[in-house]
Amino acid sequence: MEPDLTVQLGPLRLTNPVMPASGTFGFGLEYASLVDLRQLGALVVKSVTLHPTRGNPPPRLCETPAGILNAIGLMNPGVEVFIRDKMPLLEPLGVPIIVNIAGRAQAEYAELAARLDGVPGVSALEVNISCPNVKEGGMAFGADPQTAALVTRSVRQATRLPIIVKLSPNVTDISVIARAVEAEGADALSLINTLTGLVIDVEKRRPVLGNTTGGLAGPAIRPVAVHLVWRVARAVRLPIIGMGGITSASDALQFILAGASAVAVGTQNFVQPKAMLEVLEGIKEYMIRHGVARVQDIVGQLQV
Amino acid sequence: MQQHIGRVVVNSEIAPGYSLVTVHLPVVAAAARPGQFVHVKAGGGYYPLLRRPISIHRVDREQGLVYLLVEVRGPGTSWLAFQGGGTPLDIIGPLGTGFPRPSTERAVMVGGGVGMAPLVFLAEEMVHYGIEVDFLLGARSELQLLQREFLTGIGAAVQVATDDGSCGHHGRVTDLLPPMLAKGKEVTVYACGPRPMLKTVAELAAGVGVPCWLSLEEFMACGVGACRGCVTATRGNDEQVTYKDVCTDGPVFAAGEVVFFNGA
Repeated sequence: MEPDLTVQLGPLRLTNPVMPASGTFGFGLEYASLVDLRQLGALVVKSVTLHPTRGNPPPRLCETPAGILNAIGLMNPGVEVFIRDKMPLLEPLGVPIIVNIAGRAQAEYAELAARLDGVPGVSALEVNISCPNVKEGGMAFGADPQTAALVTRSVRQATRLPIIVKLSPNVTDISVIARAVEAEGADALSLINTLTGLVIDVEKRRPVLGNTTGGLAGPAIRPVAVHLVWRVARAVRLPIIGMGGITSASDALQFILAGASAVAVGTQNFVQPKAMLEVLEGIKEYMIRHGVARVQDIVGQLQV
Repeated sequence: MQQHIGRVVVNSEIAPGYSLVTVHLPVVAAAARPGQFVHVKAGGGYYPLLRRPISIHRVDREQGLVYLLVEVRGPGTSWLAFQGGGTPLDIIGPLGTGFPRPSTERAVMVGGGVGMAPLVFLAEEMVHYGIEVDFLLGARSELQLLQREFLTGIGAAVQVATDDGSCGHHGRVTDLLPPMLAKGKEVTVYACGPRPMLKTVAELAAGVGVPCWLSLEEFMACGVGACRGCVTATRGNDEQVTYKDVCTDGPVFAAGEVVFFNGA
């Protein structure tokens, strides 16, 4: 029997649990000739902001052991161009489109949410309160339970769309933030965003990145991410999209067993654009091998 | 743009620290334009993790071959430089916007170090179309002068500069450019190499009002315009600085568009 891969993220139903992590797959269209986008559980697009955002000065990324450090700075054409130019191409795919939104102030999150409500093809919003690479907004909201709650509340009031709040690992206790966001009506959580890092060019005695610091991503952060998903899963009742260094089905299954209902592939999309489809196939194969009928049945089934 | 597995046909060290990797990749050989690149997975593990953007040095369309000229710099290029015949390479390409076809009768190419690699593909095509090619080749020393005989063989007029004076002009390769620009006939300049070299080329070309195209290099992740990680600062007609993707808007840019800073 074909395994049941459907996933319920609050009101949002997905045909399978695999999607890209925001920022690692552009608007999806860049990869259309390399990946069959219609096979994805959802398509999470790169952060959109209220106004066009230029991003950080280069260099914006460098490779680290089993990872990359990046400071893109939310470069994007702004929500209006996104709605006008990208959504008409994304909607016909028939895949749930999750739009990641980032604001410089609480009011901008609300405005973005209101603007995207009712746009054909938009299935949910992912609220980015965890970008480590912008001076205003981003992680500043996600590092404090009160501001995280305020942003969630204003987005909740501005839209009927399902809301997924993306959490930062750069906090003392992520479960406190998760509970604060849950209390304000979030439908799901996604974690983790990148870990703040610094790489130094010792010859020049300068940071390698133009932004000085960046966010660390890739396999290097996977055990940290699995641990935080496990912690948050025990602290809240919300479904979780787990991410952080997933390269294979086995990696993805660690997140699912730790408590994630769905998973996102990030850095590995750069390395192997077909990685998400391989992860999906591998999860199916695991379910058949272990006699698992529904993927939801193994969420959080870690035995300790 | 597609993903391919191409087998290494032969890999030879053509100068200390430089390998010429010949890959059987008929689809890329047929489709590639001068100035484009391929994105190559180096090794199967987590370090190096990202693909490496390697410019297309030459193609042989009849035999379906793509030639990559690789300078050993770090873990990715050093892996690639040592893969022998038969090794399968995981390659995405051809990628990027290459050099435009010239509208002048003459072309001057300025290649610094391994930056000369994509200019060879361009030079071959131009010679084929009957365009005169002057190729200014720069290197640290005589041993690192790349593909000099090959370029002469295809009919390019090659001049050489070395940092240590072991061959040709003792000094910067850009020192050779002003006389080439003063020759009279309409000319287009094409350059690839270290950023300080490109800055000088851009200034010299702008000084005499000659069209000039630069191929840039940046750290790159996706290679397809998704991650916005490989940008370079550019200036449009409105004088506003904007960032453009080296992987898709480039790697080739009009010289007047590229913004250089103090350190180039």
